[in-house]
Amino acid sequence: MQQQKRRHAITGFIAGALLATVLAVAAPALASRKDDTIRFAYDQAPESVDPFFNNVRIGVIIGANVWDTLVYLDPNTGEYKGLLARSWKQIDDKTIEFDLREGVRFHNGEEFDADSVVYTLNYVADPGNKVVTQANVNWIDKATKLGKYKVRLTTRQVFPAAIEYLAGPVVIHPAKYYAEAGPKGQNSKPVGSGPYRVSNYLPGKSITLERNPNYFNDSPKGAARINKVEIRFIPDRQTQMAEMLSGNGDLIMYVPKDQADQAAKMPSLQVVSGETMRIAFMQLNSLDSTPTPALKDPRVRKAITHAIDRESIVKSIVGAGSRVLHSQCYPSQFGCTDQGVTRYAYDPALAKKLLAEAGFPNGFETEIFAYRERNQTEAIINYLQQVGIKATLNFSQYAAMRDQIRAGKASLTHQTWGSFSVNDVSASIPVWFGGESDDITKDKQVQELLTRGNTSVDPNVRKQSYQQALKRIADNAFAVPLWTLPVYYVASKELSFKAYPDEMVRLWEMTWK
Amino acid sequence: MGGYIFKRLGLALAVAVAVSMIAFLLLRLSGDPAIAIAGEGARAADIELVRKTYGFDRPLPVQYVDWLGKTLRGDLGESIYFKQPAAPLILAKLQVTMVLALWSIVFALAISLPLGVLAALYRNSLIDRICLALAVFGQALPNFFFALLLIMLFSITLHWLPVSGSDSWRHFVMPTIALGYYAAPAFMRLLRAGMIEVMDADYIRTARAKGLPARTVVFKHALRNAVVPVVALAAVQLGFLLGGSVVIETIFALDGLGYLAYQSITFKDFPVMQNIVLLLSVIYVVLTLASDVANAWLDPRIRVR
Repeated sequence: MQQQKRRHAITGFIAGALLATVLAVAAPALASRKDDTIRFAYDQAPESVDPFFNNVRIGVIIGANVWDTLVYLDPNTGEYKGLLARSWKQIDDKTIEFDLREGVRFHNGEEFDADSVVYTLNYVADPGNKVVTQANVNWIDKATKLGKYKVRLTTRQVFPAAIEYLAGPVVIHPAKYYAEAGPKGQNSKPVGSGPYRVSNYLPGKSITLERNPNYFNDSPKGAARINKVEIRFIPDRQTQMAEMLSGNGDLIMYVPKDQADQAAKMPSLQVVSGETMRIAFMQLNSLDSTPTPALKDPRVRKAITHAIDRESIVKSIVGAGSRVLHSQCYPSQFGCTDQGVTRYAYDPALAKKLLAEAGFPNGFETEIFAYRERNQTEAIINYLQQVGIKATLNFSQYAAMRDQIRAGKASLTHQTWGSFSVNDVSASIPVWFGGESDDITKDKQVQELLTRGNTSVDPNVRKQSYQQALKRIADNAFAVPLWTLPVYYVASKELSFKAYPDEMVRLWEMTWK
Repeated sequence: MGGYIFKRLGLALAVAVAVSMIAFLLLRLSGDPAIAIAGEGARAADIELVRKTYGFDRPLPVQYVDWLGKTLRGDLGESIYFKQPAAPLILAKLQVTMVLALWSIVFALAISLPLGVLAALYRNSLIDRICLALAVFGQALPNFFFALLLIMLFSITLHWLPVSGSDSWRHFVMPTIALGYYAAPAFMRLLRAGMIEVMDADYIRTARAKGLPARTVVFKHALRNAVVPVVALAAVQLGFLLGGSVVIETIFALDGLGYLAYQSITFKDFPVMQNIVLLLSVIYVVLTLASDVANAWLDPRIRVR
């Protein structure tokens, strides 16, 4: 991994320089439009195509294009629309009933009805079936068939985000096929009901999607416009860029900012940058056992927040589309707000004053843990240095860093969180302040407020509880919310598409210009 | 000769076992495998489930012995990430890597033999220096950077070769060059030294005196003797290239053992990682052993030690 990081640094730099010399020479191939095929390259191959048995982004993307969910969240209006379900009703705190759509068929011809919903939900809810991301399914108690097109779903506890999860990771599999073939079958011969179907799959190499001609007309997703999508797994980012430059690729994502800037100069390519739901923030360890006792003083924590010029970092390092946050959640998540919370402007003089008041006129030494976006961590360290806080960087793999945090060895951390693209604040804030092992603040009041928000189905009670929790966190500077992270897509100029904050690549919407 | 082989075999076995033990321990040191497998968003309960399922809660020596026993019986376990048996997965990818490694050695020899012969025939002249420079060029450039240069030239500028993938023979040209060039300087210098030594020998003088054409002298007599240690080195270099293929396969998206190793490291797929390390070390040890035996067979002086 060390070699790989060094490798990226050197090759990135030199590739950038050499790229300039190739600018005039590369001739774009127009094959993609002629074949009506999008050639999409992604770095990681999913371990299984079945959406319940992988947790990589491309798995989620394939999941949304090849399968359907009961409910669909319209990304433009923010409202939930019926997809495989026509309508639904909350019966009580833990029960929802769905009326299902008629006339839908899976890619293998099997008819969609209540059996598929019941079988899929009960299968994935069973921990014995080892769905990879348990948090996506372990809230389900059971599904019962009430009629050919009517299903009742009960949750284990009061779970207000149920509809959000049913609009996201919980797809519906065909009952007969899934009962026979299981996840292994879904991996070798995937069958869903979505706008695209899998026509060819070479594990680890490529997966080819073809337009589903029988996709049902009333779908809020809409039928696919482009006939074929060829997804190739190319692990090296430089190679992905090379494929784009030589005209053999149409779409890549997660392009590093400096390469995206270079690609923008190419006549045959376009760069689209979109904000994502991934937020960056700093945790401050204010427990009694903290390695840096200075952090127990709220003035020190406020000084840290005042010391960092977040606006500058966002503008010059993080990139287009990102924004500064004042609450540690993504703004579109239900319950996330920065109304009434203390905002900390960049003010190094005030920071020094606060530190002096707290008894640290010459600052102090501490350590900061990070596992990605190292250039941002280094910028933060520089700002802290200017007010006298000397933070040494401890950069490691995610798993190693998390061990240290849970063992109480971390003082400052620079972390990110994508909330699994779940648009509900219960997927973000409670992780860091809900009293479990990643909570290094352990403030009882915040925990109570969060519990109240998590266990009510009344949206107003939830909003109010979360707002109060977020206010308390900001007022006490328990943590430092930083910014949102953007994603850069590089695509052929011929391709027309939109980037969404949930990092979902909606292949079915794309067209040629 | 038999005693020599027996001793080398024993040593080879000890090395293979030691490597497997080290790999096993190192993998466990890089963080809790249960957290790595359960993933970023996992709660404590998920992690405990993973820990129990894969037996990570047992003492290390027990885990190691359990794994070694199963491996020797042919049960390479199941890939945690791919959720299929590890053995067929590894064997399938091994084919791609072996093809790449073998062609790389052929390429390396194809470059180094002419250069070595030329350098020896015109030793200490400008030609000698140029040949050495050409050979060392491949070793001086990091192979990932060299790969990038090749891609920029042959794919992006000239459109002669495809960038990545493994569908046709065309896809293997650049990987072969990038991987094989690294081995060329060692061969070239060994051959040059061997040729110089041989060219001074009595039987070469005899051949010349007999009036044989220079070409026959060089190729039929000198080269054939000088190339023997090079072939022995090639066996060792082949083992080395199998390890170096990780980077090349990742860059060119070749679905071989190197790429599988990269994936299993990234996803902390312990069963696959351990088995790949074991397999590669066994192959390397076998090749080194073959090289030792070949050398000893050809040069009786070595056997006595």
